[in-house]
Amino acid sequence: MTVSLFIPCFVDLMYPHVGISMVRIFERLGHKVVVPKTPACCGQPAFNTGYWDESRAIGVPMLEALKDSDAVVIASGSCGAMMSVFYPQLFAGTPHEAAAKSVAAKCHEFSSFLVNKLGVTDLGAKFPHKVTFHDGCHGLRELNNKRPPRELLANVKGLELVEMGAAETCCGFGGTFSAKFPAISTAMGDVKCASALETKADYIISCDSSCLMQIQGLADKQKKEIKTIHLAEVLAQ
Amino acid sequence: MMSAPATHFNEDARRVAPDTRHRGIIQTAMGKYEVVRDQRKLWFQDWQGARNLAARTKFESVNHLDKHLAEFTRTIEARGTKVHWASNAEQARNIILGILSDKQAKVIVKSKAMTSEEIHLNDAMEHAGYEVVESDLGEYIVQLRKEPPYHLVFPAMHLTRGEIKDLFQEKLNDAPSDDPEALTMVARRALRKKYLQADVGITGANFAIAETGMISITENEGNARLTAAVPKTMITLVGIEKILPRLEDLALFLPMLAVMGTGQALTCYNTMYGGPRQLGEADGPEEYHVVLLDNHRTTLLADAEQRDALGCIRCGACLNVCPIFRNVGGHTYGTVYGGPIGSVITPHLRGLQQWKHLSYASSLCGACTETCPVKIDLHHHLLQNRRNASALPTGKPSFFQKLAFKFFAPIANKPALWSLTTKLSRIGMKLRGLVNGSVVDPVQAWTKTRDLPPIAKQSFREWWKEHGK
Repeated sequence: MTVSLFIPCFVDLMYPHVGISMVRIFERLGHKVVVPKTPACCGQPAFNTGYWDESRAIGVPMLEALKDSDAVVIASGSCGAMMSVFYPQLFAGTPHEAAAKSVAAKCHEFSSFLVNKLGVTDLGAKFPHKVTFHDGCHGLRELNNKRPPRELLANVKGLELVEMGAAETCCGFGGTFSAKFPAISTAMGDVKCASALETKADYIISCDSSCLMQIQGLADKQKKEIKTIHLAEVLAQ
Repeated sequence: MMSAPATHFNEDARRVAPDTRHRGIIQTAMGKYEVVRDQRKLWFQDWQGARNLAARTKFESVNHLDKHLAEFTRTIEARGTKVHWASNAEQARNIILGILSDKQAKVIVKSKAMTSEEIHLNDAMEHAGYEVVESDLGEYIVQLRKEPPYHLVFPAMHLTRGEIKDLFQEKLNDAPSDDPEALTMVARRALRKKYLQADVGITGANFAIAETGMISITENEGNARLTAAVPKTMITLVGIEKILPRLEDLALFLPMLAVMGTGQALTCYNTMYGGPRQLGEADGPEEYHVVLLDNHRTTLLADAEQRDALGCIRCGACLNVCPIFRNVGGHTYGTVYGGPIGSVITPHLRGLQQWKHLSYASSLCGACTETCPVKIDLHHHLLQNRRNASALPTGKPSFFQKLAFKFFAPIANKPALWSLTTKLSRIGMKLRGLVNGSVVDPVQAWTKTRDLPPIAKQSFREWWKEHGK
């Protein structure tokens, strides 16, 4: 299968290893990876801020670039939800409605693609650490992605998963929300960090680099002993 | 320009969110709630099935509101109740003040009614010279503090026992200890006298049954029963959306409201009020008035996208799970209906321009939608409110938003420009690092409390260029 890999802008710039890990995993599984040249943004910031026209302007080249793909894998639950759940709404009643629906149906968040589409749960990875998992809200509630990351982690050798009490509680990132309401966003992040620390895990794992940027950013500023890592990086070990 | 409610919200949020004492009180209360709520949910054979049925029933009632309201009026008036229709808050206040004046009332006793908060009824009655006493314990406490209720279901959940003891000592000169039972007895001693003095009792309503013409009230203290039964005149102020078509609908909604509201299988007292005292009945008011309140509910009804929000049963479950509510608290919202449901409906009830900020004050995590027993699509409605706000004359994007949406995204979508941006941002981030977290840091909103990761030495696309060859 040819996998079109969509690496969101901030993953491209700040977390390249997340994308590199995904490429290595898919190639190891014998799939061909292509990275569409043009789109680096799915239009979610504009969409979430209420500027749907602007968001559509960003989304159209994306639809164009992905229209012939077999399958699109998105390196973020949040951007994944944007493309597979919100594109059909965003483009409803426009000339791009059909294209949006067709692309949406081909879009998969990384862990869900591995488990639900490829039927792969064991990648032969080793990660001898105690870890806890943070459910990104979009992955969890828009994409119903509770199970796949945990099935993948269950087969990682040496890995011990300890669930935190607030696994499903938002980390407080929320895109532009984090900059618009920094005090609330920070308080939410503090709650998350406290819950993660209770597990005494070495790492917090997530499918969303944006959540991990929030959690790690807070922990580093407060000099808390928290390390974060994306699921793909764990699975590529 | 920020609206006054938005300024209030931002100021309070900045003050309350970092307050770890407040956070602790709410987390402890909600932790206990979550445990009992989850236990009781298991008593339903099929909780998701119950939610689907509740959502359908409510949506059907709201879609045929005209029919159900007419039926309700006919059935309840048949037993001697007077039904009044109020289009807005002022009309509702005037109707109620008119009844009080007719009855030459002096003392009014009230049970919990968010609709009365919505129309600022207490202020109007006190201003007109009536003595008004809240009889729900939590409401009584916040009334003594001259505060609005903190939460739809738990008006005084932000207070500790010690604070309540001090309050009773100060206001009532009666507070033997901070034991909850002792504190309840203090309130009871004060309130029992008021029931006997009261000329009129005012209640809200949890449901209004069209088929049988009944007002259903659920409570845990028996105070609504006394409010309804002791004074000679009873008034119920109810939002028009509280209609349920059939009596049997309560078999679903009463336990559902109790489970999601307080984690109880059923609340202690569930009463149906079908009219004034009938011939041969031992108790009940001599006169019964029901005031049906629209107050912009029909504006929401006209919105095909968000009409389901009228199905809200005011259980407060969305507030309880909302990480925003749990960190900013109930008073920060500055509106009667706080939390996710309030952020959705307040722009419809009180104006989008003034209240749009509440829809942005959300990380869109969706915990509210996931928990809502009547399946209101809460967090997606927040997105729609944001879209609607951007279409207002004042909704034009700010300078930075324009920069972001008009320029950033197209840049991100052009390989050459993106590659240049990647290089420039490395330099930019290095320079920014010199002022990291300070007031001149352009991204201080982030960096004041959080570190920002560096731009990678080699971006993914730069790596892919080499690897993908």
